Amino acid sequence: MSTPPELEAVIGLEVHVQLATTTKMFCGCPLSFGDPPNVHTCPVCLALPGALPVLNAEAVHYGVMVGLALGCDITERSIFARKQYFYPDNPKAYQISQYETPLCTGGRLGDVRIHRVHLEEDAAKLLHIGHSGRIHGADASIVDFNRGGTPLIEIVSEPDLRSAAQAREWLQLLRSTLRSLGVSDVNMEEGSLRADANVSVRPAGSDALGTKTELKNMNSFRFLERGIEAELRRQRELIATGAVVVQEPMHFDPQSGTLTPLRSKEEAQDYRYFPEPDLPPLEVTEAMIERARADLPELPADRQRRYEETFGLAADTARVLAFREGLGPWFEEALAAGDDLDPQLLANWTTGDLARVLAGAEPADSKVKPHALSALVGMVARKEVAPSAAKTVLERLAAEGGEPAAIVEAEGLRAMGDGDELEGLVEAAIDANPDAAEKIRAGKQQAIGAIVGHVMRETKGRADGGEVSRIARQKLGV
Amino acid sequence: MSGPIDLTAAQAAEAIRSGGLDAAELFEAYRKRAAADDLNAFTWVAGEAPSQAANSDAPLAGVPFAAKDLFCTEGVPSQAGSRILEDYRPPYSATAVRKLQQAGGALLGKTNQDEFAMGSSTENSGYGPTLNPWDTTRVPGGSSGGSAAAVAAGLVPWAIGTDTGGSIRQPAALCGIVGLKPTYGAVSRYGMIAFASSLDQAGPLTRDVTDAALLLRHMVGQDPCDSTSLPFPEPIEPPTADRLDGIRLGVPSELSGEGIAPGVRECFERTVNLAEDLGASVDETTLPHAPHGLAAYYLIAPAEASANLARYDGVRYGLRVDGDADLMAMYTKTRAQGFGSEVKRRIMLGTYALSEGYYDAYYGRAQKVRTKIAQDFREAFERFDFVVTPTSPTVAFTLGEKLDDPWAMYLNDYCTVPVPLAGLPAISIPNGLSEGLPVGFQIVGPAFSEPRLLDAAYAVEQAIGFDGSEARA
Repeated sequence: MSTPPELEAVIGLEVHVQLATTTKMFCGCPLSFGDPPNVHTCPVCLALPGALPVLNAEAVHYGVMVGLALGCDITERSIFARKQYFYPDNPKAYQISQYETPLCTGGRLGDVRIHRVHLEEDAAKLLHIGHSGRIHGADASIVDFNRGGTPLIEIVSEPDLRSAAQAREWLQLLRSTLRSLGVSDVNMEEGSLRADANVSVRPAGSDALGTKTELKNMNSFRFLERGIEAELRRQRELIATGAVVVQEPMHFDPQSGTLTPLRSKEEAQDYRYFPEPDLPPLEVTEAMIERARADLPELPADRQRRYEETFGLAADTARVLAFREGLGPWFEEALAAGDDLDPQLLANWTTGDLARVLAGAEPADSKVKPHALSALVGMVARKEVAPSAAKTVLERLAAEGGEPAAIVEAEGLRAMGDGDELEGLVEAAIDANPDAAEKIRAGKQQAIGAIVGHVMRETKGRADGGEVSRIARQKLGV
Repeated sequence: MSGPIDLTAAQAAEAIRSGGLDAAELFEAYRKRAAADDLNAFTWVAGEAPSQAANSDAPLAGVPFAAKDLFCTEGVPSQAGSRILEDYRPPYSATAVRKLQQAGGALLGKTNQDEFAMGSSTENSGYGPTLNPWDTTRVPGGSSGGSAAAVAAGLVPWAIGTDTGGSIRQPAALCGIVGLKPTYGAVSRYGMIAFASSLDQAGPLTRDVTDAALLLRHMVGQDPCDSTSLPFPEPIEPPTADRLDGIRLGVPSELSGEGIAPGVRECFERTVNLAEDLGASVDETTLPHAPHGLAAYYLIAPAEASANLARYDGVRYGLRVDGDADLMAMYTKTRAQGFGSEVKRRIMLGTYALSEGYYDAYYGRAQKVRTKIAQDFREAFERFDFVVTPTSPTVAFTLGEKLDDPWAMYLNDYCTVPVPLAGLPAISIPNGLSEGLPVGFQIVGPAFSEPRLLDAAYAVEQAIGFDGSEARA
């Protein structure tokens, strides 16, 4: 019996992003989150008889910015369409979206090609009263139209992702890109970023696409990854047992880790799309594109490239600086404040120890000022402060602010020379740790930690750990 | 023959401005007539004159007007002739209504119509049929039949209606009054309860052409709330032409021969001859795709309607029929009970036309026909200033006569339907009687040619000297 071919994952994402415009997509109601229900409504977003949509120019501007940032072709004349279905969160019983002619086509982000980006409106929010928590079996369902009509862009990737982890990473990349554009809060918990995943498997090396399922509404990066993993597992098991994958939308329950079909195939929706007669075609002029281009910040991918090319940074360090919100500009300010500083050394401190003491806070809000880290790293480079003592200084900076030189002086953290003083301290440490000394002589290199640790304690980290280790080995004759 | 009721709206406005007539008295005189309406032309009549005293200096000087039921009017029932919106009172007014009120118009009442403007006889109203004041055994036409009957019967000086396939012009013709469908986009559709969005257009129904010009003047204009509205390129002045010298009229063979009742054709030919006497040159032209207008219309309009009417789902307003905790049952029961049979027919037709696998063959193809019809008109307007046809192939028919034969009913719109498909303006003026019932003459012009269209219609109107006072008796 031959081994069945390995099944490779083929994943594409459909990402809905609420745009952070001032007003809704087709009316003048303000956007909101967490306000009392149904206070931000009007004849248009309640779909009262006779109301008509008027397109939000700011949403178009944001949409064009996203298109440009993703390297898409911007459609000169795109068309809005009605996507028809009955549901209480959809008051017109059609969603105004784009279908055959979206605002943007093509493009790429990282290793993944973009299929299209289009504009549409969000649905209202349904709350189901009763223990079922779903519309079936609810005692009552109530609708909050505050969210209804919020501008959305839908970004559809090509099926270029090959693992659940890659899908998660790419979505994070997309999120930082969108965040740097300032077009959305991109907050998955609040639903301003929502992802559906199209998942299929195929024999590795094949070009054909397998039957896909659609994992709906993943509301965290972790659930996205876990959901895709569970679905891939389910599909591989189906195929292994000779069954077939049925094309259908699936719901992933992150609590139980289980997948359930959202509706059966018999109920497959026909949305009866047709061009929205209430809105003329959306003409995007050259001037609009120029205006959007002028509003584009440097994008994370471009920033990473610049860090690699201009500062000679290693790719992974450059990537962290470029993609972590606010870290890049902070780093650049620190670099500019220093004299002849090694960019890679400063970058290592920024992405390592600084990021650690920030613990998720915005770099700009930290008490550690860029010039302070720059000065500290300069002292480390000149061996005026040992790396371990420098970490202590950084923690003090993070807690209280101030200047590293002053902290070094006040705390007596200046690096020790490699002269007699250090030799004496090492000797004392060996005497105080005879067991460790014996082990080192016997060839147990790791035991040297006890000696180095002793010296570090005695010197409050002012000693250079590498130097201590060298002297200790010399003394012990290994 | 000397009461204020005998004044046209323009004459009444002038009389109020010059101090010879009191706006409140005029309103009350009409209000009494409208309240005693035995034609079922109104679905709602104001209990009293509008609270704010009419500004007699305003262009419309407090002269009352009626609006078809489907115009949203703040706090006033706006039901589009449908039981699904019974006693629905919107929180806002349609732009067209608001503009007329700002110009000094006073809302006297709301008029009956075919449900959601679907029909040519006003028999499809959820609130009973309207009768034709010329002969109460006959229909007034539709869908703006309530507006047409009310104006013809002198229950209101003038009214506004909407035209999708002929819904202003055909009832105007059948009731012996003037009806004008403006260029698509000239009048805002905001607050008009939609039937077919790419075709619907509001316009005046009036006793004469001068009134039509005055009312239209205060309806047109770009509206930030309607993205398909356009600025009207010039002010609409009262028409003055008494001759048609240099005007070239095209008579499309497709819309003036077969299918037109002999009496209607006779009136048409007489009017064409009259136009020649007034200095117009008349020649035959062709609109080769116009005969396909009805087929295209009955795909496009129902397709759009099937989406536009989907919002009547019982969730937020209007009728709701309980579905025993089942959402789908609530939807289906509400819509089954709330909509009449013609509306259901068109929702089914439109849903089918848009369905996956049928879209190209039906909706897509109908749109191509629509483009061809617009092209036909463009070519005709290279040779002619206007195209003229009978408005309706027949005079008013009897109640119930065509109710069981949708296609016979649809044929009423044969001459009017190609015009909105091309987005063009057209006016219908009364041009005589046949079997004692009014006949309409339709003049179609290029987009935004309303000022010239009104001038030409005025010249013909003066020469015909049609007397509609019989219906007001």
